[in-house]
Amino acid sequence: MSKNTNILRYLDWPMVLMYLMLVLFGWLNVYGASHDIDQTSIFDFAYFSGKQLLWIATAVGLAGIVLLIDARAFQSFSMLLYAGMLLLLLITMVVAPDVHGSRSWLKMGPISIQPAEFSKFITALAVANVMGQYGFKLNSPTNYFKVCLLLLLPMLIIILQKETGSALVYVSFMLMLFREGLPGLIPFAALCCVVLFVVVIRFGASPFAGVASASMGLVIAFVLILLVAFALFLKYRSPKVPVKWLIYGVLSVIAGAVGLHLTGWVPVNFVYVLLGVLAAMVVYTIVFGVRMRCPKLWLVVAFVVLGVAYCYSADYLFAHVLQPHQQARIEILLGMKDDPGGAGYNVQQAKIAIGSGGLFGKGFLNGTQTTLKFVPEQHTDFIFCTVGEEYGFVGALLVLVLYTLFLFRLITLAERQREAFARIYGYCVVGIFLFHVMVNVGMVIGLMPVIGIPLPFFSYGGSSLWSFTILLFIFLRLDIAQKQRAH
Amino acid sequence: MINDSNSHRQFTIRIFILIVLVIFVLQLFNLQIIHDYGELADGNALLRRTLYAPRGLIYDRNGELLVYNHPTYDLMVTKRELRQAKKAGNPLDTAEFCRTLSITPEEFEQRMRDVERRIGYSSRTPQRFMTQITPEEYAVLQEKLHRFPGFTIQTRTLRSYSYPVGAHALGSIGEVSKRMIERDSCYRQGDYAGVSGIEKAYEKDLRGQNGVEIMLRDVSGRVQGHYKGGAYDVPAVAGKNLTLTLDHRLQAVAEQLLQGKRGSIVAIEPATGEVLALASNPTWNPELLVGRQRSENYAMLLNDPTKPLLNRAIQGVYSPGSTFKTLQALVCLQEGGITEQTLFACNGPGSQPIRCTHHHGSPVSLAGAIEQSCNPYFWQAYKVTLERGGYGDGNANFKANYDRWRNDAISFGLGPKFDDSDIIDQVHGGIPRVVTYDRIYGPTGWRALTIRSNAIGQGEVQVTPLQLANMAAAIANDGVWITPHLNRADSLLKRRHKTNVDAAHFAAVKEGMWRVCEYGTGRWYKLDSIAMCGKTGTVDNSHGKPHSLFIGFAPKDNPKIAVAVVIENAGFGATWANPIASLVLEQYLCGEIRRKDLFDRMSNAVTAPDVKKY
Repeated sequence: MSKNTNILRYLDWPMVLMYLMLVLFGWLNVYGASHDIDQTSIFDFAYFSGKQLLWIATAVGLAGIVLLIDARAFQSFSMLLYAGMLLLLLITMVVAPDVHGSRSWLKMGPISIQPAEFSKFITALAVANVMGQYGFKLNSPTNYFKVCLLLLLPMLIIILQKETGSALVYVSFMLMLFREGLPGLIPFAALCCVVLFVVVIRFGASPFAGVASASMGLVIAFVLILLVAFALFLKYRSPKVPVKWLIYGVLSVIAGAVGLHLTGWVPVNFVYVLLGVLAAMVVYTIVFGVRMRCPKLWLVVAFVVLGVAYCYSADYLFAHVLQPHQQARIEILLGMKDDPGGAGYNVQQAKIAIGSGGLFGKGFLNGTQTTLKFVPEQHTDFIFCTVGEEYGFVGALLVLVLYTLFLFRLITLAERQREAFARIYGYCVVGIFLFHVMVNVGMVIGLMPVIGIPLPFFSYGGSSLWSFTILLFIFLRLDIAQKQRAH
Repeated sequence: MINDSNSHRQFTIRIFILIVLVIFVLQLFNLQIIHDYGELADGNALLRRTLYAPRGLIYDRNGELLVYNHPTYDLMVTKRELRQAKKAGNPLDTAEFCRTLSITPEEFEQRMRDVERRIGYSSRTPQRFMTQITPEEYAVLQEKLHRFPGFTIQTRTLRSYSYPVGAHALGSIGEVSKRMIERDSCYRQGDYAGVSGIEKAYEKDLRGQNGVEIMLRDVSGRVQGHYKGGAYDVPAVAGKNLTLTLDHRLQAVAEQLLQGKRGSIVAIEPATGEVLALASNPTWNPELLVGRQRSENYAMLLNDPTKPLLNRAIQGVYSPGSTFKTLQALVCLQEGGITEQTLFACNGPGSQPIRCTHHHGSPVSLAGAIEQSCNPYFWQAYKVTLERGGYGDGNANFKANYDRWRNDAISFGLGPKFDDSDIIDQVHGGIPRVVTYDRIYGPTGWRALTIRSNAIGQGEVQVTPLQLANMAAAIANDGVWITPHLNRADSLLKRRHKTNVDAAHFAAVKEGMWRVCEYGTGRWYKLDSIAMCGKTGTVDNSHGKPHSLFIGFAPKDNPKIAVAVVIENAGFGATWANPIASLVLEQYLCGEIRRKDLFDRMSNAVTAPDVKKY
C-alpha cells in the first residue's frame, strides 16, 4: 500500500467532516453578512463571499500539502521556524504601514497578510518541542522559565504591534500547561483576578451601607476573598490547627458591626471592618501555621495579602494602564455605560441582530440587521450575528454544539497520542480554538468585552482561515503518523 | 511514553468547555427567546441619523464676527427603497424629479452612477445624491419630497464670511479625505472638516460634537419615530467659538495695499506675539471656496500661474536683504566684534569686496550705517566678528565664531519655522550650518570672505515674512519675543523667547532704525506724530526686478505694532514696501488712514500685471 493511501486511510475523517461543515457554513454566513442586492451570485469575486471561496479553496490545498509533509519534520524544524517567525514579527513591526494604529499587516503586492496569525501554530510547535523532550517536567524554575520565554517573546512583539487581541490569544496556552501539570492554583488565581477586577470596577462607584467612602465593590471583593481564603484554610490546614476560633471570631466581629450599623449611632465603614477581619485572619493563620508546623498555610496568607493589594490597585490599572477605548468596552460590557450611539453601538446592534432572530431565525439572506452595514466588522469579527439572526436560536445552538464536538474530538485525539510532542501540540490546538470561539462568541452575545479576534473557520479573511487550517492539519498529520507507527 | 499522570485533567477541561457552552446557550436563549425585541423584530431596524453640530464662529480681536454659518441641505438617496418602491408599483417620476431640481435626465443618471461608485456605498443607507441645495430649492423640494420615494433631506451648515478678507489665514473647510476618516473615528464619508488655515488648526475645537438620533424603521424603511422615545438620542454640541488676534480693518487695509502686486504683509503686536494682520496677495474672496462651486473655484485658483493658493506670508522664502543689517548689528555688538562707537571707512561705490549703494560721509558709525544702509560697514563688522581670535587650527575658531553668529541669529526666530504656533503650514527659513558650508567649499575652503553676502542679507540666509515681522517685534521688545499666533485665548500661554543678545545693545540699533525713517532711505514716508523705526531692503533675485522689503515698528518707545512687508519684483525697498508699511502702521495706530492720497496711490499701483482679483 502506497504512503499516500495510507495517509487517507488513517486521516481522522470525523475531524475533517466537522472542519468542512464549519468552513462551508461560515462561507454562507459571510455571503449573508455582506451580500448586496446588486450582487448576482455567491461566487462573485468582487464581493467578500467570492473572495472567501478563493481562500477556502487555497486553504484546502494547504491542508493537503501539510498532510504530505513527513510528520517528523514538524518537530525537527520547529525551533528554526520559531526563530524565523520572531524575525518576521520584528520586521513586520518596523516595515508594516500604520493601519488604525496597529502595525501588523505586511503588504505584498495585492495580498496583505498578518504574520501574527501564523505565529500561533509555530509557537505551539516550538513549545511542544521543548516540553516534549524526554524527561521534561513542569516542576523546575528553569523549565518554567524556558516555557514562559517561548510564549512571552512573540506575545510581546505582537503587543508592540498594537494587536492586543492577537496577543491575548497566547493566554490560551495556559490550557495546555494545565493539562501538562501546571498547578491548578495558577489558573485559579487568574480566575480570581478577573472576578475581583470585574467586581471592583462594576460596583466601585456605589457606596455601601450609606457610607460614601465605603465602596460596594471593595466590600463584595473582600467578602469573596474571605470566603476563598477560608476554603483554602480548610483545604491546607493540618487537623491540629483549630478552626472554630476563627469562625467564631469572624462571625462575632461581623455581627457586631452589623448590629452597630442597625442601631444607627455611628456610621460603620464596612470596608474597614472587613479589612480588620482579614488582617485578624492573617495573624491567626500565621500564628497557628508556625506553631503547628503547617507551612502550606502561608498560601492563605499570600492569597489574602495579594488579593487585598490587587483590589486596591484594580482601579488604578483600569484608569491608567488600559486605553480609553478599552475602558469604554469594559464599561459597556459591565452595563455601566449605555451608549448605543458610540462605542456600544456594535455590541448593541449585535445583540439586536441576534435577538431578532428568535427561535428559527429569518432564513438565509433575510436578515435585515446584519446587512444594514452599520457594524463595520459584520463579515469578520461579528459574523456570529448573522448566524443568530438568520438561523435563530436553533442555528446558533447547532453551531456552538458543533464547536464543542470539534473540541472534544480534538481532546480525544490528543489523549491518544503516545508521543508527548504530539499530545502537547494537540492541547495547544484545543486551547487556541477554545479561546477564539469563547472570546469571539462571548463578545458578540455581550458576555465579553470587544476584542477583535476572528471566529475560527467562520470569519472572513485569508490569513486567519489559512492559519487555523494549518494549525489543525499539522495535528491531524501527527495523528496519522501515530497510527502508522501502531500498525 | 505511555499516558502520564495528568491524563485525568482532560475531564476538568471538558467540563470547563461544557460550562462555557451552557452559559453561552443560556445567554442566547435569553437574547433570542426571552428578551423582548418585539418592536425590533420582523425586520424592524434602527436608523442612525447624524445631527450635525454647528461649527464654532470666528471673531476678530475686537469681537467683530468674521466667520459664521448658514444652513444648507443635502439630498440623500437610499437605493434599496427606490427599488422597493418600483416593485410596489410606485416608481420614481424621474421627469418630475429632474424638473424640481432643474437637472437633466442625463445628469440624474450620472449622479446615480456616481453614488454607487463611492467608497462605503450601501444600497440600504442614505447616500448623498446632491449636496448643498439652497434654501429656495429646499423649500420647493420639501413640498414634493413625499412623491419621491427613497429620497431624504439632511441638514448641514456652510461657512459665510462678514468681510471678503483673510482667505489665507482663515482657511476653508472641505470634504474629509479617506485618510482623515481612518485616523479619526469622528468623521464619516462626506463630512466636512477644516483643510487649511485656522479652520484646520482649530478643527477639533471648531467642529463640536455631532449628535445622533436613533430612529425606528418599519419593513418598508419608513421612519416610525425615535427608538425608545429618544432615550438614546444624543444632541449635537456646538463647536467652540474662536477669537482671533487679527484686526479685520487692518487686514482689509493690508490686502488693499497689496492689490495688483505679488507679496505679503505681516503685522505683530510685539508685547504679546499676537498677529494683527497676515496678508498675502494674490488672494481670493473666501466665499469662493464654499458650497457647490468650491471644487471648480479651487481648481481655478490652483491653475493660476501667480499661485494665489500660496500663502506668501508664511510660505514665501526670501533673502532678507538690508533688513538683515539690524540683526547683523545686534549680533556683532553681542559677540564683541564692534561697539556702538566703532567706526568703519566707506569708499562708496568703490568699496571692496562689497560696494556701497549710497553716498554718505566716511568713516561711519553704527547708527549712521543703519541709516545709510552702508554695505562696507556691515561687511567689516561681520568680518571682524567671525575672525575674532583668528581662524585657528583647521579654521576651528572661525567655525566656532560662525556657529555662535548663527545661533544668535536663530534666537530671533529665523531658521526653522515656529513649531509651537497655531499658524499652520508654515515653511522653514534657513541659515546654513557649518557642515553645509563644509560640504560646499571643503572643510577649510571657506572664510569670512567666501560667505560675505550674509553680511548684507543677500547670501544663503533665507526667511519668511512671518519670521521677518517676528524679528522686528523682537527688536522692538529689546530681545524678547512671543511665538506669533492667531488665537487670542492663547496669548498668555505662548512661549516667551529670549534672544541671545543683551537688552543693552538694542538702543543703538533702534536709534539707527529711527534715523532710517527720519533722515535715511525712509524719510519720505515717516508718520506725522509718531516716531517710527524701520529698515528697507532691496533684494536682487533671478526673477526680474528686485524684491522690495521693509521691516519696522512704532512708536519708537513702547512699540505697539511691528510689521514686515515684502513686495515681489517691485523695485527699491524705499519705493514700495516702505510706504505700504507706513500706511499699515498708520491704520493701526491712528485707527484710520489720514494720508488718503498716498493710500490711493499705493493701493492702485500695479507691480505685477498678471495678478488677478478673485
